[in-house]
Amino acid sequence: MLYSEKVMDHFQNPRNVGKMDDADGIGEVGNAKCGDIMKMYIKVDDNGIITDVKFNTFGCGSAIASSSMATEMIKGKPITEALELSNKAVVEALDGLPAHKLHCSVLAEEAVRAAVKDYYDKHGIAYDAKEFCAGDCAHCGEHDAE
Amino acid sequence: MQVYADHAATTEMSEAAINAMTEAMRTVWGNPSSLHTVGQEAKVVLEKAREEIAECLGATAKEITFTSGGSEADNQAILTAVKLGAAKQKKHIISTKFEHHAVLHALEKLAKEGYEITLLDVHENGVVSPDDVRAAIRPETALVTVMYANNEIGTIQPVREIGAICREKGVLFHTDAVQAVGHLPIDVAKDNIDMLSLSAHKFHGPKGVGVLYARRGIRLATLIEGGAQERGKRAGTENTPSIVGMAAALKEATAHLEENTAKVVPLREKLITGLRKIPYSHLNGDRERRVPGIVNFCFEGIEGESLLLLLDMRGISSSSGSACTSGSLDPSHVLLSLGIPHEVAHGSLRLSIDETNTEEQIDYILEAVPQVVNYLRGMSPVWEDLECGKRKHFFAK
Repeated sequence: MLYSEKVMDHFQNPRNVGKMDDADGIGEVGNAKCGDIMKMYIKVDDNGIITDVKFNTFGCGSAIASSSMATEMIKGKPITEALELSNKAVVEALDGLPAHKLHCSVLAEEAVRAAVKDYYDKHGIAYDAKEFCAGDCAHCGEHDAE
Repeated sequence: MQVYADHAATTEMSEAAINAMTEAMRTVWGNPSSLHTVGQEAKVVLEKAREEIAECLGATAKEITFTSGGSEADNQAILTAVKLGAAKQKKHIISTKFEHHAVLHALEKLAKEGYEITLLDVHENGVVSPDDVRAAIRPETALVTVMYANNEIGTIQPVREIGAICREKGVLFHTDAVQAVGHLPIDVAKDNIDMLSLSAHKFHGPKGVGVLYARRGIRLATLIEGGAQERGKRAGTENTPSIVGMAAALKEATAHLEENTAKVVPLREKLITGLRKIPYSHLNGDRERRVPGIVNFCFEGIEGESLLLLLDMRGISSSSGSACTSGSLDPSHVLLSLGIPHEVAHGSLRLSIDETNTEEQIDYILEAVPQVVNYLRGMSPVWEDLECGKRKHFFAK
């Protein structure tokens, strides 16, 4: 089997799938040309806790599973912790991904960060811009932007 | 319900092929090159298989060389043209944009070695134009290689017309007929074919065995050195059981060709008609000009691998030309060659059926595919953008 049982579980029964009309932050990453786009919605309370998360993904099995896993890992957590979510942690939680699918986990990490950044922007919360672009995003420059 | 709809990838072996093979394994395990009786008994069986295969193609036994499959046959055909052309300083090869990688990668390698490669357009309908072939031929053209039928979308190429042009111009013509043999009536003489590749496992034969047909007078170049087998053109002790299994499968497929076509075409048409009802779907390749069993669709707003996996969970085996199934960032070169944009090509599905499929199975596919497509569209941000007009649809509703 190409995927672990965990991946297949999250692919077949994705958690927190859907849209959110009253989201505090929305992040969309990826490129349809490359075959995957993730859109993540977060709801944040006054204490900076992510109380709800939703995602929509266009992509392969591992893209859907990575998004699903990422939402589970940040739900109920403080924003600061969500920002620490690494693609590696997503991969580990999924019991591994095939090598050529690792970019899906990177995309999941980027989707979370993009949603948080959007939340900061919308709520006038100051942040260090550098923190949101390490310059090593998996898809940077691989294809022309659409 | 279990539905195997990936016959273009491989087929289940037929009883006839299995029986012929097991019989050969038990009774003619000798080395056909040995001079003793045990060896010569295997030789007789081997040569009988060669004659039977030749007959199915309208060829003679001497024109049949056994290979490890379609890819080897393609490589050997190209190498042959290169060697024959080299004597006359011919360093130009014509092919198409949507050939199998066994041809395309061999040509890419030659391009690095200084060969000039012309890859013809296959147009929106996935059919090469004979006029384009004629226009591309130059005095230094060593080979024209055009597949008989495309493996992903199933479109049949005007092989006979292209062959006639090549004859007229004195250029060698090879066709990769891996998806056609056993599914379409083929006559190498009438079709003006100089070299043809086929693979046994695409018509219910065993894997790892195929044929390179080369018209009498074409001196094949050798890929594998090391012995006098196959008249010195392909060393290695012949795989007698597989060759015998291939012959049995091809004989059966050829004998039932009309009957199978009469059964499969209506199933395919039902499949196409049903899948077309899905909004923003598109049948890839010419509507009429296709092998009996291959159907390839694009569905906007979704990605093919997830579609394939969800269908698999419902018992349906299919394939997709998405990047994720190709192991690269780019979707199928075949779909891109039709002018389909990357974003849409990712959402492709190939269903390839044959005479072993039933109408109930087609009904089951037609129930499952729209449900899975709708489900995936429901969670797709691309579909959301298409629906609200942020992205433009590529196909009509």
